[in-house]
Amino acid sequence: MSEQPLSTDADVASPAFLDQDRVEGEFDAASIRAAMINRPRRELYDFWRDVRNLPLFMENVKSVELLEDDRSSWLVAGPAGSEIELVSEITEDRPGEYIAWRSLEESDIDHEGWIEFRDNPFGRGTEVRVFISYDPPAGALGKVVAKVMQREPRVQARRELRRFKQLMETGEVSTSRAPDAAPRADRHP
Amino acid sequence: MRALAWHGKHNIQVDTVPDPQIINPRDAIIRITATAICGSDLHLYDSVIPGMSNGDVLGHEFMGVVEEVGPRSTLKRGQKVVVPFTISCGSCFFCGKQQYSACDNSNPADKSDASEIAYGYPMAGIYGYSHLTGGYAGGQAEYARVPYSDVGPIVIPDGIEDEKVLFLSDIFPTGWMAAENAGIEPGDTVAIWGCGPVGLFAIKSALLMGAGRVIAIDHHPRRLELAKKNGAEVLNYHEVKVREALTEMTAGIGPDACIDAVGMEAHGFAPDNIIDAVKQETKLGTDRQHVLRETIMACRKGGRVSVPGVYGGIGDKLPIGAFMQKGLTLKTGQTHVQKYLPQLLQMILEGKVDTTDLISHRLPLEQGPEAYRNFHSSQNEWTKVVLKPH
Ligand SMILES: NC(=O)c1ccc[n+]([C@@H]2O[C@H](COP(=O)([O-])OP(=O)(O)OC[C@H]3O[C@@H](n4cnc5c(N)ncnc54)[C@H](O)[C@@H]3O)[C@@H](O)[C@H]2O)c1
Ligand SMILES: [Zn+2]
Ligand SMILES: [Zn+2]
Repeated sequence: MSEQPLSTDADVASPAFLDQDRVEGEFDAASIRAAMINRPRRELYDFWRDVRNLPLFMENVKSVELLEDDRSSWLVAGPAGSEIELVSEITEDRPGEYIAWRSLEESDIDHEGWIEFRDNPFGRGTEVRVFISYDPPAGALGKVVAKVMQREPRVQARRELRRFKQLMETGEVSTSRAPDAAPRADRHP
Repeated sequence: MRALAWHGKHNIQVDTVPDPQIINPRDAIIRITATAICGSDLHLYDSVIPGMSNGDVLGHEFMGVVEEVGPRSTLKRGQKVVVPFTISCGSCFFCGKQQYSACDNSNPADKSDASEIAYGYPMAGIYGYSHLTGGYAGGQAEYARVPYSDVGPIVIPDGIEDEKVLFLSDIFPTGWMAAENAGIEPGDTVAIWGCGPVGLFAIKSALLMGAGRVIAIDHHPRRLELAKKNGAEVLNYHEVKVREALTEMTAGIGPDACIDAVGMEAHGFAPDNIIDAVKQETKLGTDRQHVLRETIMACRKGGRVSVPGVYGGIGDKLPIGAFMQKGLTLKTGQTHVQKYLPQLLQMILEGKVDTTDLISHRLPLEQGPEAYRNFHSSQNEWTKVVLKPH
């Protein structure tokens, strides 16, 4: 093995590069996803750190209320019309670089996540990596939720990061939702 | 409003649908004055592009008058604009490189999964061209919502007829980029398969770029006639063996560049094409790549192959040995329309290029279904259709 450092600082051993649906670990369902965002690192960090901004691009999040600087209460649309409440606490905060959070015990689900911001060494903007993970609640609903969640965090991480990128780069979130954004015929002969 | 909607294979109807609204700050609403049917629409008509859904509004070649603007649009009410068929944000990595048709942001997040699975990365948004490319409503309608209206549409000076500039929306830039991708050097011989609208604009562009000789291939006499009028020598593939003719005409060297302006629905009874057609019919997602194979085989050693023709699925039996051994270069892609607009508009205004000679029919939007039928099945007489919604 060569002693040469890799030409980029991408972490090739990270789960983002592993070919598996779920990252083995503490949680039932988890996913990591990366996106290059053509905006300064600090601006992206600041936007995300103010958690009240997050419903602007997180489609499932109905509301976020700030309890204290590092604590917030979330109302999230769950599968099959359910509503999930959780209280989230920031567990690590490195300004401009990294934010990690975790749900507190009174929450409906166990949830943990982090987001990392790195300068791209070749001037293409900021490399953003997001990790999210869940444990579904117990009971009957929990079973449904668990089933959906096998896929859900991957889909969610992917779509939320795309929307975050859109909002940061263009100032808006692309949409083609019928009928207003994209009219369509509802007659089906 | 009235709009042409897709209801399945060979089933296009005029429907009354809700009017589009301004949703995002950079949106504009355009009142459409002219819109065209493209060869690409025929791939939807024939149902060989996946991701269409019953009721989708069609059309990606359109122009009109700015009716309403969002707070961050740079357009003004009453301006006449032509809208590029590719939707581009103007601020991502790809737009920064002028690779507008690769825009990373214009395909909504919930629509991007399919193309990411099919092609490795999510594709940009395109008007009226399936949910793979965003699920946006198209412009074969009275009105259209135009996202990122500060980046896409080009403002047309007063007093220019719609027909002269309408094809800036797609086929003129597409023919131009096809010729650019062919890397034409002065005196080159360029062979172009397909004398449809894209092939015809590729002929015009190749000659403007200094090609010494253009040889155009099709089998519809009218289309071949149009190609001839534009300065091409023509080959009817029902009458001659194309590859042998090209070798003979170039005294054994072969064309310096070959352009596939046909795409995934090539006609022909060569065995490869029949197998491809069967697979396509049985929905295996196989493209009919007869022309692509022929361009690779016909091209001279060290030559260039340019592919504006659309492919959507998976192909096999590509003559990869010929491609490698001859050292060919291949370039392709959905057109980066925005990149070419100022330059091409200027050429139209200066009268350097005839952009209307290919129009065979002008019809009201209400006759859209009939226009699709004929542009599909009577290609000899129906060379390009312009629809007028207002
Ligand atoms: N890259 C882009 O951005 C872009 C933009 C517009 C259109 N297109 C594509 O370009 C292609 C052509 O578009 P068009 O509007 O001219 O379509 P069209 O259907 O009007 O024309 C295609 C022509 O190809 C001819 N043809 C069929 N089989 C042939 C063969 N074996 N050899 C020679 N010619 C053959 C047909 O007779 C027809 O005249 C389509 O695939 C379309 O989707 C691509
Ligand atoms: Zn087109
Ligand atoms: Zn872009």
